[in-house]
Amino acid sequence: MSEFLPIAILMTSLGVAPLILMMPEHASRLRTTVNLAAAILKLALVFWLTAVVVQGGSPDLRFTVVPGLDLHLQANALSVLFLALSAVLWLITTVYAIGYLENGVDRSRFFGFFTLCVASTVGIAMAGNLFTFLIFFELLTLATWPLVVHRGTAEAHRAGRIYLAYTLGGGLALTVGTIWLYALAGEVTFTPRGVLGDLAQTDSIALIAIFVLLIAGVGVKAALVPLHGWLPLSMVAPAPVSALLHAVAVVKAGAFGIMRIVYDVFGIESVQDLGLATPLALLAAITIIWGSVCALRQDDLKKRLAYSTVSQVSYITLGVALISPLAAIGGLTHLIHQGIMKITLFLAAGNFAEGHKVKTVSGMNGMGRLMPISMFAFTIGALGMIGVPPLAGFLSKWYLGAGGLEAGQPAVIALLAGSSMLNAAYFLPILYRAWFLDPPKDAPVGRNLGWMLVLPPALTAALIVAAGLFANAPFSPLGWTRFVVSLEYL
Amino acid sequence: MSDISLLVLLPLLAAVGAATTPRTSGIWGLTATALTATLAVWLTLDVFQDGARYIAISGWVAPLGIVLVADGLAALMLLMTSGVGVIVAIQAASWGVFPSSCASKDAESLRAGFWPMWLATLGAMNALFLSGDLFNIYVAFEILGLTAVGLTALSGTRSALRAAFDYLSAGLAGSLLLLLGVALAYGAIGRVDLAAVPMLADTIAGRIALAFIVAGLAVKAALFPLHFWMPEAHSSATPVASALLSALVVKGALYVILRISIEGGAGMEALRFALAVMGAAAMLWGAWGALRATRLKLLVAQSTVAQIGLITLAIGVAGDNLQQNGLWQAAALLMLSHALAKAAMFIAVGRIAEELGHDRISGLNRKELRPGAAEFAFAIASVSLIGLPPTAGFIGKWILIDGLIARDAWIWVALILIGTALSAAYLSRVVSRCLRGGPHVAANAHHPAWRIGDITALGLATSALVLGLASALPLGLLEITAK
Repeated sequence: MSEFLPIAILMTSLGVAPLILMMPEHASRLRTTVNLAAAILKLALVFWLTAVVVQGGSPDLRFTVVPGLDLHLQANALSVLFLALSAVLWLITTVYAIGYLENGVDRSRFFGFFTLCVASTVGIAMAGNLFTFLIFFELLTLATWPLVVHRGTAEAHRAGRIYLAYTLGGGLALTVGTIWLYALAGEVTFTPRGVLGDLAQTDSIALIAIFVLLIAGVGVKAALVPLHGWLPLSMVAPAPVSALLHAVAVVKAGAFGIMRIVYDVFGIESVQDLGLATPLALLAAITIIWGSVCALRQDDLKKRLAYSTVSQVSYITLGVALISPLAAIGGLTHLIHQGIMKITLFLAAGNFAEGHKVKTVSGMNGMGRLMPISMFAFTIGALGMIGVPPLAGFLSKWYLGAGGLEAGQPAVIALLAGSSMLNAAYFLPILYRAWFLDPPKDAPVGRNLGWMLVLPPALTAALIVAAGLFANAPFSPLGWTRFVVSLEYL
Repeated sequence: MSDISLLVLLPLLAAVGAATTPRTSGIWGLTATALTATLAVWLTLDVFQDGARYIAISGWVAPLGIVLVADGLAALMLLMTSGVGVIVAIQAASWGVFPSSCASKDAESLRAGFWPMWLATLGAMNALFLSGDLFNIYVAFEILGLTAVGLTALSGTRSALRAAFDYLSAGLAGSLLLLLGVALAYGAIGRVDLAAVPMLADTIAGRIALAFIVAGLAVKAALFPLHFWMPEAHSSATPVASALLSALVVKGALYVILRISIEGGAGMEALRFALAVMGAAAMLWGAWGALRATRLKLLVAQSTVAQIGLITLAIGVAGDNLQQNGLWQAAALLMLSHALAKAAMFIAVGRIAEELGHDRISGLNRKELRPGAAEFAFAIASVSLIGLPPTAGFIGKWILIDGLIARDAWIWVALILIGTALSAAYLSRVVSRCLRGGPHVAANAHHPAWRIGDITALGLATSALVLGLASALPLGLLEITAK
């Protein structure tokens, strides 16, 4: 029975998306029911799968497309990590999006592609080999494009074009790298400690080139500098899209891809032997600093958050590239932690824009008084990002720092300190304005926010606190990550 | 009389029937197309089970008699032609028999002219795929050339007639080259059966003959730089005719080029290299044309120029099948994928033009009209043509690039990648307008109503998408060779 869980989880979004796409525009009750039912069903199935994986199971499904090329879905500890993230946040964001687009247009199209995006992340999470990963990675590109251009303005279309150019370009690099690796090593099934074997000695130059192609391919989505240009532009999309996709799904798909490539394709030993770990770590470090510096200069709230994403997602890459178990725990935990923190920030920012038409940092004066719940959630998210204990972000930075020391790279501590200071520099002024300054007399008033908009950020803010406070519980993100890392490093 | 020759005779006889009784031509057309498709399925199952079929008409064997050969490749092409043919025929029936607003002008001529022309095309193409010798191939091309010109001229507009005349001239020139080549081949070695191609490729005179033959075929396949007649012809024909011409008819010539190339042995290396170079140039030139096209149908036709280039490149780099690298199978798979996607695209374009009243790309953003199913079908077909996963186009490119990497042919890999990026660029010009919304749509705008054309286009586009996951079937079929 549990053998079919991967396909069942996939179909709760992949099978549902065409249904939603075909629904008539005015059938909003039906659409809402299907959306929520699918999201809840998926969450239940993911819980079930987690239980199966805890008991040592790893459901595995294969379908041969062409001899030598298998469509392979496999659920293991690492996939469950990403699956759980996307399933929980999908449900929360769906509620938010339903409220957000209450009187919007083209909602069937929106929710159809939204569901398709989640289907892609599910596929990416459970891909058992590089070929399957590539298929869902490209599907994610295509499914997010209509969401970026959803507003239909010239600006949105321009952002969409640039988004497509970046991601399809990255997809090409990933495709060539994948084919090349298949030509060299045969089928690349994701295996802890990698699949290369002796190839690292015999074909090192080709492997380095493949690594660069693969990392460049997934690095576009992970917004590694200098491949990050699409991310701030695509903030033109509606708030739920920015929240789930650009803070979580798309960039996480990239970061998850980096993990898969380093851990399960090359294996940490080969990455080290080929001398690729340090350049990757350096790239991550540059991205962390550069993203933060750019964030400082943005007055547009969503763009500031977007650059903050550029910076924070690279914590994950850094954790992977440092080649130390502790850093790996930090990086992997950050996959979850950054997700819940950033989604909180984006959902709250969406509320500011809807409730009081505030889209800039300079307009945030007195927001704490105008929208206390959303602002409180935003504050938790921001403090978490800075790394204030005991919130979730603190743990990630703690483990990353400890990992840096373990790997003999004390510079990582300086990097983290610098980054935290920059985080504080671009978040604290917002908090100061919101809580300590008076709202302008003629503060514009937007629409009345229903519970569907206010509850989701409050909920994710609670998750941030819980992930920090109950970090030692076995099913906390940290607990699960330790379990995953023990598989790679033992 | 064998069941294989029925694949040729049935559509040809039905064409005569449809031509002599115009009032019932639609019935003739649909029935004969469906029957031919059934025969093709039957033959394919047969080939799958018992291997290639080899039939000498009236008992005379090669090199003297007429030989029909049905191996895996031929079966796949037959299946492709009649499969796409059935869907397009349903589409033609809906436009010709139950005319909707825009197509009414076409309806009359469609009813009278379309069916005999299409059935003869089908018969001629089947003859091509089954022919075991070059002279038969030449004869089939003579029929095909005339019916294809007829299909082009069907819409009766001035531009269509001019394009049809250009098509006719180019087709005649191609036929002349082909005939000259066949005659030279006969003079050189006294044989014209395909099995003799390696012998041809070993002599100087034979190579000259092959060059003429391939040049003639290149004209008919609209291979750059001999494609000058094609964009106009495919873009000014009526949509169902464009779908047939672009998806199927050019495949006839590509099939023969592929057949000659894989039968031809080592002596054809120079010719193969020339094909690959021309293919690469076509890929770039077609993409350039599509990037600059202002009309939707012209863009789609230019993309055919580029896709033919990709397929020819694959044929050119594949070498002969003795090399066991499977690259020629990539070419066949790309042909199949292109047939489905391009037919979907032309039908979708027909539907879009029907709703809009024109096919200017800049005018696709119509405020009064929300995007419809046809535009969605166009988008899915685009995914196939670009070659994104999981489409058959993707699997085809995968096999191709895999083989090229294995022999370190990086220049070809780079050219294919550039072609892919360009195809994404020109197709997204259209797809991004299909994603209109917000201020580009009026509040009271409506979605277009569903028509048959939406369903056929969606069906073809979806099958091109799904075929990628089922690629093991066509590739398994291609493994079955006559030897």
